[in-house]
Amino acid sequence: MDWINALIQGILLGGLYALFAAGLSLIFGVMRLVNIAHGDLIVLAAYLGLSVTIMLGIHPLLAMFAVVPMMAAIGYVLQRGILNKTLGDDLLPPLLVTFGLSVIIQNVLLEVYSADPQKLDAGTLEIASISVGDLSIGVLPLLTFGIAVAIIASLHWMFYHTSLGRSFRAVSDNQDIAQLMGLNRRHIFGLAMALALAVTAVAGVMLGVRTNFDPSIGGARLIFGFEAVIIGGLGNLWGTLVGGIILGVAQTLGAQINPGWQLLAGHITFLCIIAFKPRGFFPRVSG
Amino acid sequence: MTEILKLHNLGKSFGAITVANELSFGLKQGEALGVLGPNGAGKTSMFNLITGTLKADKGTVTFDGKDVTRMSAADRCRAGIARSFQVPQPFVGMTVFENAMVAATQAADMKGSAAKQHCLEVLEQTELLHRANALAGTLTLLERKRLELTRALCAKPKLLLLDEIAGGLTEAECVSLISTIKKIHKSGVSIIWIEHVVHALLAVVDRLVVINFGEQIAEGDPDTVMKSKEVQEIYLGIDANG
Repeated sequence: MDWINALIQGILLGGLYALFAAGLSLIFGVMRLVNIAHGDLIVLAAYLGLSVTIMLGIHPLLAMFAVVPMMAAIGYVLQRGILNKTLGDDLLPPLLVTFGLSVIIQNVLLEVYSADPQKLDAGTLEIASISVGDLSIGVLPLLTFGIAVAIIASLHWMFYHTSLGRSFRAVSDNQDIAQLMGLNRRHIFGLAMALALAVTAVAGVMLGVRTNFDPSIGGARLIFGFEAVIIGGLGNLWGTLVGGIILGVAQTLGAQINPGWQLLAGHITFLCIIAFKPRGFFPRVSG
Repeated sequence: MTEILKLHNLGKSFGAITVANELSFGLKQGEALGVLGPNGAGKTSMFNLITGTLKADKGTVTFDGKDVTRMSAADRCRAGIARSFQVPQPFVGMTVFENAMVAATQAADMKGSAAKQHCLEVLEQTELLHRANALAGTLTLLERKRLELTRALCAKPKLLLLDEIAGGLTEAECVSLISTIKKIHKSGVSIIWIEHVVHALLAVVDRLVVINFGEQIAEGDPDTVMKSKEVQEIYLGIDANG
């Protein structure tokens, strides 16, 4: 029963990892930008959530309605102001610039919020659980998982059934031709980053509700996000969800064997998958 | 008739290589202009200067009464300049219909069912309707060329630029493409057409311009231009005296 419990907790944890990864996957898919600052942006969102909950005295999940537009605005400005200038044939400049950004965000957070671990207080929601037979499933992890599935389903729908989605795919397919179809690449990239950071905002708040956070934890979230994206296959959003779940399950099963093995088990699973399936499980088929 | 496009003293060089040198000509509203010239003469570069993918070093491009020299490619497209590429460049991961929809919703700024209706009409006109749901990456060469045309037309252009759209097609395919282009021309769209398949070009255009080394070397009525000494020598490589 412990094992089944670990498996279910792992699947639900995978939802959180998929939220970490969805924004990363979206940005890479649309503009081939590897965002090293992604983990720190997640932490930034968690801190914004903290400020909003304290200032307005509201529940963190309500604060999300304020944090999401804030992060989206930051995303658009960041993309148009800085990141667009780094994009080109060379992959290195955006890597370096986002790495720099990561350092800056961490230090600004340290300056403003100090290094003390913080937590978003979600009240009774944190300990609420549903009993299924002998198992008890936390409402919060279940909610996180549900949100992750809903977000990935809407992103997927948006990509394939809306004008904005077509614009993203067109720009991703061939930037130069997309320009000649009247698409302003810089604006589309701005929108993609805004959308990615809106998802990141949700991820950050859910992270803050789930565990303690401090300015230095962004790096590990970035790694989890990357691993989920790569296990699932680049450019495939549903694959990213599966990747998150695989990673989550590997970690909880590892912890079941020995509590110290949680992270190790996740990374070893990732390495094994990369060794045998270098393109992940569901790489996007391109024509 | 008013001029839809005017190039004035357009110049562009890459280091020592000049792709446009004091290029000046106009295109009347509703006119079909053919462009001839040997490989590397600067024909495609001229298209890039008109669409805005290349920025001119000097000179101006006037479109529809407005100076567009400083406008971005995306804005020029929305203003009504659309082109097809010599080497078809569809969005390969998207269906034919979605390719068309990008042009209709972005370039022509149409919405919802109006955009869909417009795309379906254009696809019918370009004879691609039966492939609407195929991924663009799976199309044959003729179909890809037709998709280029479709996408350009879905943008509701006032000026259509065709870059060697008949190149590489069989004779029969070429004939059907010519009749499609003639229909488009009749509907009032101004056309500039670069083509090496001279008979296809002559079947459609009202006027010819010949370019070499980025310079205009002949211009005028198609028959006269084709018979002129410069064209025979430079473009066709025939010694006029021989």
